[in-house]
Amino acid sequence: MDVDTKIKLYSKMVLIRLVEETIAEKYDQQKMRCPTHLSTGQEAVSAAVGMALQKEDLAVSTHRSHGHYLGKGGNIPRMIAEIYGKEGGCSKGKGGSMHLIDLSVGFMGSTAIVGNSIPIGAGLGLAMQLEKSNNISCIFVGDGAIEEGVFAETVNFCAQRNLPVLFLCENNFYSVYSSLSVRQPKDRPIYKMVEAMGIKSFKGNGNDVFGVYQKTLESISKIKDGGGPRFLEFETYRWREHCGPNYDNNIGYRTEDEFLEWKRKDPILLAEIKLLEQNILSKELIKSINQKAKEQVDEAFQFAEKSPFPKKEDAFKDIYAGVEF
Amino acid sequence: MTRVINYTKAINEALFIAMNLDKKVLCYGLGVDDPKHIFDTTIGLQEQFGEERVFDMPTSENAMTGIAIGASLVGYRPVMVHQRLDFFLLAMDQLVNAAAKWHYMFGGQNSVPIVIRLIIGRGWGQGPTHSQSLQSWFAHIPGLKVVMPSSPKEAKGLLLSSIFDENPVLFLEHRWLHNQEEDVSEGDFRIPIGVANILQKGSDLTILGMSYMNTEAMRSLEYLKLQGISIELIDLRTVNPIDWNTIITSVKKTKRLLVLDTGSETGSVAAEIIAKVSIELFSVMVSSPARICLPDAPVPASFSLTKDFYPTSFDIAKKACSMLDVEFNEKDFKQSSFPHDVPGDWFKGPF
Repeated sequence: MDVDTKIKLYSKMVLIRLVEETIAEKYDQQKMRCPTHLSTGQEAVSAAVGMALQKEDLAVSTHRSHGHYLGKGGNIPRMIAEIYGKEGGCSKGKGGSMHLIDLSVGFMGSTAIVGNSIPIGAGLGLAMQLEKSNNISCIFVGDGAIEEGVFAETVNFCAQRNLPVLFLCENNFYSVYSSLSVRQPKDRPIYKMVEAMGIKSFKGNGNDVFGVYQKTLESISKIKDGGGPRFLEFETYRWREHCGPNYDNNIGYRTEDEFLEWKRKDPILLAEIKLLEQNILSKELIKSINQKAKEQVDEAFQFAEKSPFPKKEDAFKDIYAGVEF
Repeated sequence: MTRVINYTKAINEALFIAMNLDKKVLCYGLGVDDPKHIFDTTIGLQEQFGEERVFDMPTSENAMTGIAIGASLVGYRPVMVHQRLDFFLLAMDQLVNAAAKWHYMFGGQNSVPIVIRLIIGRGWGQGPTHSQSLQSWFAHIPGLKVVMPSSPKEAKGLLLSSIFDENPVLFLEHRWLHNQEEDVSEGDFRIPIGVANILQKGSDLTILGMSYMNTEAMRSLEYLKLQGISIELIDLRTVNPIDWNTIITSVKKTKRLLVLDTGSETGSVAAEIIAKVSIELFSVMVSSPARICLPDAPVPASFSLTKDFYPTSFDIAKKACSMLDVEFNEKDFKQSSFPHDVPGDWFKGPF
């Protein structure tokens, strides 16, 4: 991996972190008036996968999609404006935080119902196969979506048709407040189950941005060579509450110790230590990366603040495509 | 050029035409290429257009709906079919949360031009889960279009319009219409979605039918004419969006409305139509609006339990007479000579 890539991966994580943390910081201003699922702590997967995918590769995602959208190169001001419910939002204020889209970079949409975007990603893959294109479709899922029937249905179809699809599972161990242990059998790793369903699968450390990048690149290349779908499970951890800007280690469904253990495995910190050791990063470079991210984030929030609200009549636009009736 | 073809042939022709016109049209569903070819509606398609565009699928209604949505987002026009509507209930998340919303929730950037063909069963012991007529569910969801063609001509013209519409369209076929014959044009023709059709002009009572209920309504017309009742029969054709203009204009003239629905009464499309017409024309109407629907009960299977379960032309004639204060003589009304649980001698089961 070249130096430039390493710095880009690190910088992307810094940017995603800052976007999420700025949302958290400003959320109580009551201007971002929609449910918001932050991905602080899970930046490695977003940055690495987003960078491993090419622009023409398509992606779909979930309710917790800010990182995926940003990783894929989605427009930052338009994402923030969407959370603000503004006309300049990427979905013109119709979708909110859970419905992000940026067609110009192949981010085809994130949807809010667990598992909902899984078959849609496979449909994109089917279209690619029919077109004989050399692109892939990446489906971001969490450990909860694995439990949905539609996941099994889609895996079956992708395996049966050898579709160019990458399933990217961020296992953060919780579905809302329900831990993996009350939802899935003990000693039955997710990736093993998927492997048994007919898709080559792999499990790795989701907080090691370089590892995730390497493995994802490798998988994409296999898929593009006609090797069929791949399933990658990366373990990671969401720092903040399921939905909203706060920490919630005090409410009893998980422990402060568990959180602190994962915080020590902060993907940004781990990358920083490594890159400092390798003399790729310096204190000055870190400062300038953070500064640049801050400029981008400030600009995005300014755009969102300044963008007008959509007119209330717009609530009745775009119900149907084509001629309105 | 026209010639007489049946409803299934009309659907088959529409699919051939659409797939010839646009190579992005796909056709799939459980059994599209099996020996039965979805009651012959998909016969010959795979031979003509190949396995890439016409294919069987896993028994995964929900995922396969999402796959249609995904493919449609990048330019394909999938036509998916289910041999009974009831199986499609497994796909409500994809239909309601994705297909119906996509265009709207992403600010109109792309849309979902898919068609889902759903076949509604009736009689022959189809029972609780093979004969549901849930058009009111679908009509309730903004973003979906819902059509219910009641003749071969409509089946062809509306299917072509549905396939080339930019939105998700539910295309509801009634199993009892499949063998119905009619003079249908060759080649490409479209019947616009959202436009009702006046099957017979009249002045005393507007009967508004949908899908197979129009067949039953037609069978009541001769008797009603003999009683001196002038019926205006409207074929609704589309249950979302509803052609209010045609309905309101008709009821303004006849001042009476009877709606025939293939589904259960409560929360039905008939209920919506009666509500709207009553709100708009309350002072004009000279009798209470009425409806004939399926009872509010699951559909039973047994021959004896379905005896008076499904409404027929008899019920329509009787209701129409009562709305006009005309005596109804049961004995004079010519009923179908077939058992109550089959559409005609062409149907020998099993489904």
